[in-house]
Amino acid sequence: MSLLEVKNLRIEYPSRHGVHAAVKSLSFTIERGEIVGVVGESGAGKSTVGNAIIDLLSPPGVIASGEVFLEGEKVSGLSPQEMRKVRGSKIGFIFQDPMTSLNPLFTIERQLTETILANLDVTPEEALSRALTLMEQVGIPEPHLRIKQYPHQFSGGMRQRVVIAIALSGEPDLIIADEPTTALDVSIQDQILKLIRDLCIKKNVGCMLVTHDMGVVSNVTDKVAVMYRGDLVEFGATQQVLGTPEHDYTRSLISAVPRSDIKLDRFPLVSYIEEAHEMEQLDIKTHWLGQSEDQRIYTGPLLNVENVSLRFITKDSFFESRREFVQASNNVSFQIQEGETFGLVGESGSGKSTIARVIAGLYPPDEGKVTFEGVDLTALKSEKERRPMRRQMQMVFQNPYTSMNPRMKIFDIIAEPIRFHKLAESEAQIRQIVHDLLDHVGLGRMAGVKYPHEFSGGQRQRISIARALATRPRLLICDEPTSALDVSVQAQILNLLKDLQDELNLTMLFISHDLPVIRQVCDRIGVMKQGQLLEISPTEQLFTNPQHEYSKHLVSLMPEFKGLRNDLESA
Amino acid sequence: MFTFLVKRLFQALIVMFVISLVAFAIQDNLGDPLRELVGQSVSEEERQVLRDELGLNDPYMTKYTRFVSNAVQGDLGTSYFFKKPAAEVILNKLQATLELVFGAALIIVFVSIPLGVFSAIHPKSAWTKVIMALSSFGISVPVFLTAIMLMYVFSIELNWLPSYGRGDTVNILGWETGFLTKDGLLHLILPSISLASIMLPLFIRLVRSEMLEALSSEYVKFATAKGLAMNKIYYQHALKNTMLPVLTVGGVQIGTMVAYTILTETVFQWPGTGFLFLEAINRVDTPLITAYVIFVGLIFVVTNTIVDLLYGVVNPTVNITGKGA
Repeated sequence: MSLLEVKNLRIEYPSRHGVHAAVKSLSFTIERGEIVGVVGESGAGKSTVGNAIIDLLSPPGVIASGEVFLEGEKVSGLSPQEMRKVRGSKIGFIFQDPMTSLNPLFTIERQLTETILANLDVTPEEALSRALTLMEQVGIPEPHLRIKQYPHQFSGGMRQRVVIAIALSGEPDLIIADEPTTALDVSIQDQILKLIRDLCIKKNVGCMLVTHDMGVVSNVTDKVAVMYRGDLVEFGATQQVLGTPEHDYTRSLISAVPRSDIKLDRFPLVSYIEEAHEMEQLDIKTHWLGQSEDQRIYTGPLLNVENVSLRFITKDSFFESRREFVQASNNVSFQIQEGETFGLVGESGSGKSTIARVIAGLYPPDEGKVTFEGVDLTALKSEKERRPMRRQMQMVFQNPYTSMNPRMKIFDIIAEPIRFHKLAESEAQIRQIVHDLLDHVGLGRMAGVKYPHEFSGGQRQRISIARALATRPRLLICDEPTSALDVSVQAQILNLLKDLQDELNLTMLFISHDLPVIRQVCDRIGVMKQGQLLEISPTEQLFTNPQHEYSKHLVSLMPEFKGLRNDLESA
Repeated sequence: MFTFLVKRLFQALIVMFVISLVAFAIQDNLGDPLRELVGQSVSEEERQVLRDELGLNDPYMTKYTRFVSNAVQGDLGTSYFFKKPAAEVILNKLQATLELVFGAALIIVFVSIPLGVFSAIHPKSAWTKVIMALSSFGISVPVFLTAIMLMYVFSIELNWLPSYGRGDTVNILGWETGFLTKDGLLHLILPSISLASIMLPLFIRLVRSEMLEALSSEYVKFATAKGLAMNKIYYQHALKNTMLPVLTVGGVQIGTMVAYTILTETVFQWPGTGFLFLEAINRVDTPLITAYVIFVGLIFVVTNTIVDLLYGVVNPTVNITGKGA
């Protein structure tokens, strides 16, 4: 008898426009002490499955048919009171974002003990001692002190440990972890995954690990279920599924994972997933995009960042001596040559984005200077002087959902920078340029009449890129351009950036926390930590022979994706 | 804490400065003080001499400086009608107004929170629809109409409750209170209800929307997944988070309610500052008008500061103590 058995589960979302089946006829099993990965892209229905098992589907979702058994007992279709007894004490749940899954107004003690008291028959004193033991088990130092604190006094990784402690506190038989490490840094991700794995083995509980990260799947799980648009396309031992995938989708998904071991020219086989038009070929030499009035007489590095320091006030005080600062950027220097892709890598809070914003002129640095083609940007006083520089540097932001005005049509979003910088002679020419750009990023010109919300995340990021290209920039600053995207879409966007760079001889500053992505994209890489640039190395050297201790640490933590080696090249 | 208080004090000073400008402008331009002070028999020459003596012909800045320095020392001028210092007149009447506002606030708290929470937890219930419909209705009926309707039904037709005045009061440590006598409490009911009626719909809707937001949050979902009882989730986890924005808005609205008492007090002949203010306008009692404007401003500033301090106590993520997190 399996610990968890899901039989022909079908989950539907009825709406005015008919019924949408988020999950269609899903069956799988989980044994004790086993971690089963459920993998797929956003919209594949993987989180829906986890929520359905503990009856937490967001309305109007309903289980249309199928059954769920926990140790042979049916848990689907229970009354709310019966279901409540299953939650916490039989099935523990870990959510994606530790920043929002704890109540900000209650102490950790209260949130832990109330769970223990709700699920186990113990006295309050015993609940407290159990809470302390749990905190110790999940690796929170000084549990006696920290248990009195509030969630905001914990870092993201520590909060996720608290969430795990809470999930375990009712002594459940099964843990459902919904993207437990997506919101965390690499080094913390590693710790949390190890923790989940150890606890599963030690406490002999089963775990359903919902994730989109193939590296996580290959490192932690025993079995994997691959979902695609509500269907289970493959289920089996992890090694087998990842090594010799049978379904086309699984193959395509695996090929889109940025490889940490070798640099490829392009990602193969990614066309399965999102409908993107074939990229229209343009003759760059004659097209507007390729023509530039910029005179290129300067021969030094295109961008030179010299000793840039910037600090932010974290605690303001009337007295200067009592103010506290965070050094977001500490004496950072690097150069980027024309046509080069320079990567900045580091964990959250390391100052990568700050540097990007300083270069783009969004933050003035406290010290140091930034020169672009020999022009000192920090010395430019007026907005008017800065404007031609702004035109030559464009940014692609991380979140394609918030970086576009939702009330503007795509055509106007892309045309705006052309109009603002007066780069075209007539409205007809602008029309032509925008249409060409839309074709070029694989959206098709019809996209121009729509609004941003009509597009998926990947398509919006294509729009962002088209908008950035609309000023014919020399330097493209990409701040985590793919970290909000699915892996297959990420592969497409990275391919697109690569193609554009080859054609237009673009220089790129590419910022990411994701080492495999950085490896695929960049020529040289700078490693940042706490505002300092620790090492600049050519890509291959950084991965094979990192110089700085911290770089070694980062590279060693990189989730290695073990699967599908030889098949891919032949495919 | 110290920095926070210094900052708030500084902000309060700026607000009070602006209010003093407005108040002084009223005093300087509204009516002729001399006409209120002297009889008709005084000749124009004598009036000029008096004007000079009283400093009414001084430059604007001199007059303003004098006004502010007097005001800071607690002297807001002498009421023409009561022939007593304006500040004293207002302080005497303020007790009645504060009791009325307190009564209305109690009604608002004990009606809006249960109704708002109920309608958030049961969004599809028929009662929720009734509550929401009534609250739309309540928002659109002006307060004087509510007051007159209440008076008509409960005082004139049913004869259950008194229709005007404060009733019997007891003096405790210099504070005239109506809370300790049955008669005083009965007199308080109708005015409190009608004063509460303006804010009540707003608060029901505020509590409801904040509660709905809390209920859709991740931590509520996580609390459900932990296996907690729904009552615990509703009335502890969600409610506490709901109360934060309600507290902020509530603080501002208490000041507004003090100002709104003008209508209620007039209809019910409630001997408070609102009624006093209306009379002062009718009598062109300029010092009293000015003093009232300054008092209301002061109440706003004080309540807001208290609310901000309370907010920091309730919400651990707000760090007003200045200690590192």
